[in-house]
Amino acid sequence: MHETDNSILLSKKKIPVVEKAAEYIFTACGLLAVLAVFSITFYMIWSGTPALFKVGILDILFGTVWKPTGDPASFGILYVILTSIIGTGMAILIGVPIGILTAVFLAETAPPKLANAVRPAVELLAGIPSVIYGLLGILILNPLMYKLELKIFAGSTTHQFTGGANLISAVLVLALMILPTVINISESALRAVPKQLKSASLALGATHIQTIFQVILPAAKSGIMTAIVLGCGRAIGEAMAITLVSGSSVNFPLPFASVRFLTTAIVAEMSYSQGLHREVLFTIGLVLFAFIMLIQIGLTRLFKRGAMEND
Amino acid sequence: MTEATEMNAKIRTNTRAAKVDIKIDGEGNLKNLNQASSTIYDKKVRVLDRFLQGLIYLAASISILILVGIMGYVFVRGISQINWQFLSTVQSARKGTFGILGNIVNTVYIVVVTLLVVTPIGIGSAIYLNEYAKPGKIVNMIVSTTEILSGIPSIIFGLFGMVFFGNVLKLGYSVLTGSFTLMLMVLPLITRNTQEALKTVPDSYRQGALGMGASKWHMIRTILLPSAMPGILTGVILSVGRIVGESAALLFTAGSGFQLPRSLFSKLFESSGTLTIQLYLSMQKAKYDQAFGIALVLLVLVLGINLLTHWITKRFGTERVQ
Repeated sequence: MHETDNSILLSKKKIPVVEKAAEYIFTACGLLAVLAVFSITFYMIWSGTPALFKVGILDILFGTVWKPTGDPASFGILYVILTSIIGTGMAILIGVPIGILTAVFLAETAPPKLANAVRPAVELLAGIPSVIYGLLGILILNPLMYKLELKIFAGSTTHQFTGGANLISAVLVLALMILPTVINISESALRAVPKQLKSASLALGATHIQTIFQVILPAAKSGIMTAIVLGCGRAIGEAMAITLVSGSSVNFPLPFASVRFLTTAIVAEMSYSQGLHREVLFTIGLVLFAFIMLIQIGLTRLFKRGAMEND
Repeated sequence: MTEATEMNAKIRTNTRAAKVDIKIDGEGNLKNLNQASSTIYDKKVRVLDRFLQGLIYLAASISILILVGIMGYVFVRGISQINWQFLSTVQSARKGTFGILGNIVNTVYIVVVTLLVVTPIGIGSAIYLNEYAKPGKIVNMIVSTTEILSGIPSIIFGLFGMVFFGNVLKLGYSVLTGSFTLMLMVLPLITRNTQEALKTVPDSYRQGALGMGASKWHMIRTILLPSAMPGILTGVILSVGRIVGESAALLFTAGSGFQLPRSLFSKLFESSGTLTIQLYLSMQKAKYDQAFGIALVLLVLVLGINLLTHWITKRFGTERVQ
């Protein structure tokens, strides 16, 4: 231990090299996230914009005919964009109420033992790979939907039968996939509501249920909004689970139509696309990226508002 | 029947009355004493309460039943596929047999390579944010970009990885391309969990170490990192779970090869499909039995990872950030 011989003053002289190096390395590590986001943004724009100008911005974003290999080729992705928006909206409409009520169950009404058994189950639901949801969608949902389709469109001559691979199937899979996100975040928002609010409400004679719906849920509003927005992000970005479940043709998003989402359009055609077709797929990626960034901006606003409310 | 309607009418008047009539008088007593006592002792049941309570239980049971259903269905369909050949061979068109050993090895490769790259960077980033950085623009930027990174869907990572690592850096479809792509994806997980763990280390540890003459780096290395180890471990295991289940980001980056590696390092530059990718490909070819076999293997892995994180968080009392 000859180091102990050094006085404090002496040791100061030789430390800075290692110390400085450590600080620089850690700073670099921290900046990698910034670099990553900037380069992802840069490359998405770089590879997504050429097609916009080659095809024409209006033709591509508001065109309704998708014939990438036709002659002349046509690259309208309006229906694809609409499918993603409407599909996500429907998934939110189904998944969010179930998710929030389950969160209420976990945070408020469930006996602690039951809640402790359910919470890991929800976490597990979040961990199941998305391809497995897709597999189950194909084998369970699609046949069900096909039966329903046969009944509803029994005499129809205009309806194109899809074998059950339609918008509803995809929406149900998406609704299921956003459940864990919504449940987890809403539950922590509900738990973060100050206990005094609950006690005060109960002391004024409100029942437990009244307290939940009129006091606790409104107080947890910004947290629940965060859960919904995150759910949106998850639903709009999901690809593998719905690629095969949603059918494979580009159509206006009607419930029983075979549809293509922004994500599934990329997955389905990337492997064989070439030239301009490939560039258009990157444009679809760019559109998806723009949606995600909008959602992120919304999230930051929510966080700020939540922080202000807590102060 | 009439009794019930009578009761309902009574409840309605009771509650309506309760809303308006209960007031506190000058001495601080309830004016309408008999009304108040009736709601406490008779436990009048509000219909709306019952209905909402029913909804809550319905929603919760939907969530649970779905999970149980998924697990059960995959188990029943998959268990018949699992045998020694399935787990220990590579699929062969010539023999007409199917096995997933190659995919298992690929998954291990991608998990290991990704973690080797991302763990030091994630920990470094967390140390910078928690120990070095002074609040300001740079910190805000790192925090918000980490936030954004965790919100970007995997398909976008896949596209970026394909363009940047695959085409610009000319790595093609390979383990390296896949791992570098996933590295960006799981970086927030490691950073945030490490940061959370560092925050729980008491300041007195830092002051004690520095006061005894330790340099900052020495203090971080010998005091902070060991104390933060369970949190770091949680982040790493969560990342393993994410990587094992990932598919969209790997399809265009790591490719779909299923052969066993010829040598330890050559594999890094070869196309390598993980279990999820193989599951997707089998599903695409409508070979659902194979798909369920793989799904079962994946579920067992995910379950194992889940139990492990639970054990760690319980054992060391760490916070977990998803």
